[in-house]
Amino acid sequence: MSIGTYILVSIVKIVLVVFILLTAVAYAVLMERKVVGHMQNRWGPSRVGPFGIWQPLADGLKFVFKEDLTPPYVYRPLYLLAPIISVTMALTSIAVIPFGPWISAGRVHTPLQIADVNIGLLIILGVTSIGVYGVALAGWSSNSKYSLLGSLRACAQMVSYEIALGLSLIGVLILAGSFSLRDIVNAQSGTWLGFIPKWFIFQGQFIAFFIYIMAAYAETNRIPFDLPEAETELVAGYHTEYSSMKFAMFFMAEYANMITVACLASVLFLGGWSGPVFGPPLLRSLLPVLWFALRVFIFIFIYIWVRGTLPRFRYDQLMAFGWKFLVPLAIANIIVTSLVVALR
Amino acid sequence: MHLALFLIFAALCVGAAINLLVQKHPINSALSLIVVMGSLALLYLLLGAEFVAAVQVIVYAGAIMVLFVFVIMLLNAGEEEVLPHSSRVAISLGIPSLVVGLTIGVWVIGHYAGLDRIAIGGPQVQHGTESFGAPNPVAHLLFRDFVLPFEVTSILVLIAILGAVVLARREE
Repeated sequence: MSIGTYILVSIVKIVLVVFILLTAVAYAVLMERKVVGHMQNRWGPSRVGPFGIWQPLADGLKFVFKEDLTPPYVYRPLYLLAPIISVTMALTSIAVIPFGPWISAGRVHTPLQIADVNIGLLIILGVTSIGVYGVALAGWSSNSKYSLLGSLRACAQMVSYEIALGLSLIGVLILAGSFSLRDIVNAQSGTWLGFIPKWFIFQGQFIAFFIYIMAAYAETNRIPFDLPEAETELVAGYHTEYSSMKFAMFFMAEYANMITVACLASVLFLGGWSGPVFGPPLLRSLLPVLWFALRVFIFIFIYIWVRGTLPRFRYDQLMAFGWKFLVPLAIANIIVTSLVVALR
Repeated sequence: MHLALFLIFAALCVGAAINLLVQKHPINSALSLIVVMGSLALLYLLLGAEFVAAVQVIVYAGAIMVLFVFVIMLLNAGEEEVLPHSSRVAISLGIPSLVVGLTIGVWVIGHYAGLDRIAIGGPQVQHGTESFGAPNPVAHLLFRDFVLPFEVTSILVLIAILGAVVLARREE
């Protein structure tokens, strides 16, 4: 493949992935409103289009046309920079997620992934840790006590739970022997006895999986760990002083992070795109992506389900849960996994 | 390509480092330091050390600098007060002596360490086989060849953490 074709194919992939991600973000918001609505015995959005399916468009238009208010006494450069950091980092981390196997069209042979790098998982962790600055700077530069308290909580929570998150992934890395997300998925191919898939969650990593889910909920500031934006105490937390598209950028970042977390969970623990493949060639190349999307969809649904079910933690409970329960459990998981691998 | 990227990020790195010194407000200095760390990570990447680059971003730009920003936010540190006399003396004497010192240092290191033979834009990274900066070779170095120094260093860091906890504890 020549360098020109390579660049062209990459651009096409980037545009497609960003388009799909942003659409998914918009519809994850709609899905959340509908599902939570039904859980609370009401309808959710139902006016714009059939079943309210054009609601995201209306929301987007509304965000664009709202007055963009900058409060006085904010520290302007950082106040403007913070939402940009948040949304950029949230959209960047999707670049290393693999969505499916290699596909061929004519002479072009390409993986369904923007960039297949040998440190994929580390890139996601690095990008996430830079994303913390968006939240931190938003709260500090707004010059408001609610924002500052919200961002302090968010930072402390994200930094603490990143440790549990990182440790929970090490078991998977020991089994797969690679940081490349594509290698990790390939290490999960095959079945036992013809029907039990060799996903890492069935290879003894189910404790790691639950640690990962809980830490990821805290990382994305979702209920039951949504203390940074606890409405009853902090109005809206770190984005209290933001309006219009700047607020929408934080919102997009939150949902894009949820989708990345769901993608990562499918790749690391649930075999990525593995699933039955049949039918004509076109269907054969599309089905893996469909299986992958199905897993992500289920994860988003569980996110919303948890939100509709659980109350919020207290702050000391949150920290104690992270440091005294999740981290030791994750370390125990690493020790057991490495012993099993060493003695095998 | 390598050379262009090297020039861009080296310039960014030096520019951010100068900005770090010039800025009056601590949070701007901290953010400049993050840019320095980030561009250093990209320079490591150009040298073929992917793992070190990723760790540089996660540990330095991510974890350590978050603590810096955190402390600045908590203390609500304001703009630095410039004392007119001291800064004038520092500028008129400091900058020339800094330049002279750096020049001598670069000449000595370049002359005796053979750094003048390294081409700008990084050494030739061997292709085909795994490069020396990929995770696996680094793991072999850390956990096989240098396992004792590595573990001793981690115990040293642990002692430092415990010492910090002891020092930070108030008397009851």
